[in-house]
Amino acid sequence: MTERIIPQQPAIRADGLTKRFPTPDGPDVTAVDAITFAVPRGSVTGLLGGNGAGKTTTISMLLGLLLPTAGTVEVLGVDMARRRHAVLPRMNFSSPYVELPHRLTVRENLTVYAHLYGLTCVKKRVQELAEHLDLSRFLDRPSGGLSAGQKTRVALAKALLNDPELLLLDEPTASLDPDTADWIRTYLERYRLRTGATILLASHNMLEVERLCDGVLMMRQGRIVDRGAPSALLARYGRQTLEEVFLDIARASDDRIPTGEAADAAE
Amino acid sequence: MPPNEMAIPRNDFSLRRVGAMVLRYWYLLRGSWPRILELAYWPTMQMILWGYINQFMASSSGGGSGWVAQGAGVLVSAVLLWDVLFRGQLGVSISFLEEMWSRNLGHLFVSPLRPGEWVTALMTMSLLRTLIGVLPAAALAIPFFGYSVFALGLPLAAFFANLIVLGWSLGLLIVALILRYGMGAEGLAWIVVFMLAPVSVVYYPVSVLPTWLQPVSLALPSAHVFEGMRALVFDGTLRWDHLAWAVGLNMVYMAGGVAVFLYAFHQARVRGALLQTGE
Repeated sequence: MTERIIPQQPAIRADGLTKRFPTPDGPDVTAVDAITFAVPRGSVTGLLGGNGAGKTTTISMLLGLLLPTAGTVEVLGVDMARRRHAVLPRMNFSSPYVELPHRLTVRENLTVYAHLYGLTCVKKRVQELAEHLDLSRFLDRPSGGLSAGQKTRVALAKALLNDPELLLLDEPTASLDPDTADWIRTYLERYRLRTGATILLASHNMLEVERLCDGVLMMRQGRIVDRGAPSALLARYGRQTLEEVFLDIARASDDRIPTGEAADAAE
Repeated sequence: MPPNEMAIPRNDFSLRRVGAMVLRYWYLLRGSWPRILELAYWPTMQMILWGYINQFMASSSGGGSGWVAQGAGVLVSAVLLWDVLFRGQLGVSISFLEEMWSRNLGHLFVSPLRPGEWVTALMTMSLLRTLIGVLPAAALAIPFFGYSVFALGLPLAAFFANLIVLGWSLGLLIVALILRYGMGAEGLAWIVVFMLAPVSVVYYPVSVLPTWLQPVSLALPSAHVFEGMRALVFDGTLRWDHLAWAVGLNMVYMAGGVAVFLYAFHQARVRGALLQTGE
């Protein structure tokens, strides 16, 4: 079975994406509220917002781990509701909150996932990634015994096993020291330059976003309240840093939150 | 344009991904000798205990001419076959729980792994764990009690297959309950199978049960297996009717187990449980 790929097709297209969770005693909680966006191929896009803004829920729906209440998601031209298994080999994901099995060694974990992604020359690929990500010394140590920085590098190695065209990263440098975090960012920049991959990353680190991202989606209370290039957002809000823009949005009263249409218009 | 831009390959059921998951559980098992020892420990202790009970009941001091005396090793066969059912269920449940304990489901199900492949891997591991657990006990029964369960011949394979398949169905049901109710339902993995023990007629014939309970018992494939095993041990006859019932009921139970698992898996995706569930 083949599928024609239209070159200008975005890597991700979400249309009216909504997630409501039922609660035992009250009305449903709307975690993501009819968001519509597209992530261009080859771009690095930041998904920003405070805690509970809906970032992780959105990423989970993009991955197909969570089924939307309404709306559609297309990833690399494939409808995730109907044919997610056709596109999963071409994407990958990393999050500090989803761990790899602790009792398996790094080599064993990477070997298992390399087979799951159908790689040939598994040993060579694991060795290659271990060298790229400076993991060679830890390959035969249990994953659970590594430091936070080492675990992040292992998670990144797992996420890069299949040379993904689309990489979804949930807080890729959370709880890392500045040196390790910088190392990860540099690696991601090089990976993108080398492969032309698309990266969507959720982050609370505004410096990271300014450095890595071509575009930003600002979320609050399940909605995209603003979007654009970091420089455009700085100009629009009259601020010097993205952190100030973030605080303006996070602290704005509810009636000042733009609707989805307003955010689209702003773009 | 890279080659994978040209076409999206089909991703049907993949034995390689099944193998990858079996490898994952095998790595875990081989990395811990206490785990391997634990697999064989309980079936061996059970076999020794019931072997001596069998010997005592078959001897003159234990009642001599009683029911047990007429069938050499009937209780040893029963305990070993019961362990196939128990280990079969536990093998599926424990491998699943390993993913819950390590919070690994999120990674697994953003990979190309399909639920059917995962379930096949869980069943394969259950088979391996059962063989590791039961084979040493069965072998030890030969020098200990001069009784070989392998003397049951080919029907033993049919009994084994029916019991492990029932174990898998129960295992899938427990997986579904844990997916639905979270780790609070973890304890079910160790206790559910024992609810079936009295009506599975492991150590006594179905006629011992009260009349109203007998249809419940005969609705279980395990009851037909143990009735069939006793017919073979006591009379040397293979009861095809019991075997047919066991196979037919197992097909129904397996279909039910798979359906309940798939529904629970779908609901877990609706609720976001694949990403959040863990210790």
